Amino acid sequence: MNNLLITPVVIPLFIGMVLIIFQRNIKLQRVLSLVALLATSVISVLLMNQIRNDGIQTLQLGGWEAPFGISFVGDMFSALLLLATSVVSICCLIYAFSSIGRKQERLYFYPLFLFLVTGVNGSFLTGDLFNLYVFFEVFLVASYVLITMGGDKRQLGESLKYIFTNIISSAFFLIGIAYLYSMTGTLNLAHLSIRIAEVGQDGLITTVAFLFLIVFALKAGLLLYYWLPGSYSVPPTAIASIFAALLTKVGIYAIFRMFTLIFYHEPQITHLLIGILAAITMVLGGLGAIGYWDLRKILTFNVVISVGFIMAGLVTLTPAGITGSIYYLIHDMLIKALVFLIGGTIIHLTGTSNLKDISGLIRLHPQLGWMFFIAALSMVGIPPLSGFLGKVFITQGTFEAGYFWLGGIGLLASLFILYSMIKIFMNAFWGETTLSAEEEKGTTKGLLLPIALLTIASLTLGIGAEGLAGYVAQAAEELLNPSLYINAVFD
Amino acid sequence: METLIVILVGILVSIGTYLILSRQLLRIVLGSSILSHAVNLLIITSGGLKTGSPPLLGEKVATYTDAIPQALILTAIVINFAVTAVVLVLCYRTYQNFGTDDMEQLRGNEHE
Repeated sequence: MNNLLITPVVIPLFIGMVLIIFQRNIKLQRVLSLVALLATSVISVLLMNQIRNDGIQTLQLGGWEAPFGISFVGDMFSALLLLATSVVSICCLIYAFSSIGRKQERLYFYPLFLFLVTGVNGSFLTGDLFNLYVFFEVFLVASYVLITMGGDKRQLGESLKYIFTNIISSAFFLIGIAYLYSMTGTLNLAHLSIRIAEVGQDGLITTVAFLFLIVFALKAGLLLYYWLPGSYSVPPTAIASIFAALLTKVGIYAIFRMFTLIFYHEPQITHLLIGILAAITMVLGGLGAIGYWDLRKILTFNVVISVGFIMAGLVTLTPAGITGSIYYLIHDMLIKALVFLIGGTIIHLTGTSNLKDISGLIRLHPQLGWMFFIAALSMVGIPPLSGFLGKVFITQGTFEAGYFWLGGIGLLASLFILYSMIKIFMNAFWGETTLSAEEEKGTTKGLLLPIALLTIASLTLGIGAEGLAGYVAQAAEELLNPSLYINAVFD
Repeated sequence: METLIVILVGILVSIGTYLILSRQLLRIVLGSSILSHAVNLLIITSGGLKTGSPPLLGEKVATYTDAIPQALILTAIVINFAVTAVVLVLCYRTYQNFGTDDMEQLRGNEHE
């Protein structure tokens, strides 16, 4: 029993509710929301160290024993993701201070932002399938409002597609829960794992596994990403970057949880299918990334590529592959927020997202340009930057497990990323400077701090990888041994 | 009894799918709502529709009705209502802004 586990959910929720009362007092809203997120990041570091010393932490809500009550489970994987979530959301929040605008701030931006974080943190920590659905809905409803915030025509048109897609996938999620409950009679993840291991994963359960795969693939953008490029390019920058950094990652987390803890008995069927989906996702995402000349479109297709790449690590089910996925997942949360913030800043400065109309920003904004360059190299996986380790481990894992085609496509996708990022760098930052300082549509005042913070976080992740290695190795071990999770819940 | 409910769920799902595939926004909202209701029925069927006693301790009866699916759909219904309310408001705003509720005509505006 560890009451610390509930705090990353309760703190943002409670402060978010308080902020609704102080709608007029924007200074107070800013300070309180920053304090809430700082508190969750401190707590996630504490949790990481507790899990490192004492193993997986659990909390049975209300003291009801495991299969009957609601459990919260914090293993190293979720604690690492909690920390990454807090870092990313703090930076996006600071970026929002000077970019989101008074109108949005009055329209309950800060409470909604905190509710989004509540839902994401809750999804990482819950040990119960139905509560996973509830927390998914919490952050989805917050995201429905955030994506339409401001309500211009473009946002309304795209958000309708986003919302209907998610409503239908939530319905499928519930159908999956109903089937699984009627077959096993439980919804606790650890208990489900025991029950399915006892009776064996027959064809029916594998079908339900596919149903869950479809649902989470829709949220994660694994092959079913058709809604993603449109919806991620319409909201304001701070919101788009928190979406790119967090929302697809929750879907990825759910796929990892389900297919390492519950449906791991038939990897030659389920995991092979995930591998095929991942390969197609990487190829199609790569084609999208190199095909467009729109800054936001290129960045959103890069989100798609990385989803496929992270999934490639899961397919292998080897320690190297899973370790690589965890490294790459954490790296990707930081770096996607970073490039989206930089991309948003470029659009803010030039007033256009078409790369052909932008040129030579580096003369007036050298810091921005070089930070983008670092981010681009890190995404491609140049050592010693943060993307390198994940890429090496995932590739090693796929080769060890004999999935040479998957590893090959992963490396090919890196070339797509390299091409698309260098295209942005060459067109937006290099070349003749067309806009003088007076002609620019906005200033970078206050926008560079969060970008610099994320760059430093990403550099620390790359250079200080040794300090993190023990934590990541433990997370991979816990994912590969479901018995550790089960024992922690039932003791 | 379960078979009958499952057939009803099938009918509701097909109605919901038909409505979601249509072009008018309001029909899509109705379709998603009907789909959610079908799913709720499916959840309550998944626990078995025994006509047993309420699951109370101390009552000496042989069969109990499973209480968990009922608790689950209670949550699901609340979430469904909230989401439907949000979507209805959004559809109204879209109708005001675009002057149409036809999904076909929402496409091809100046931003695409």
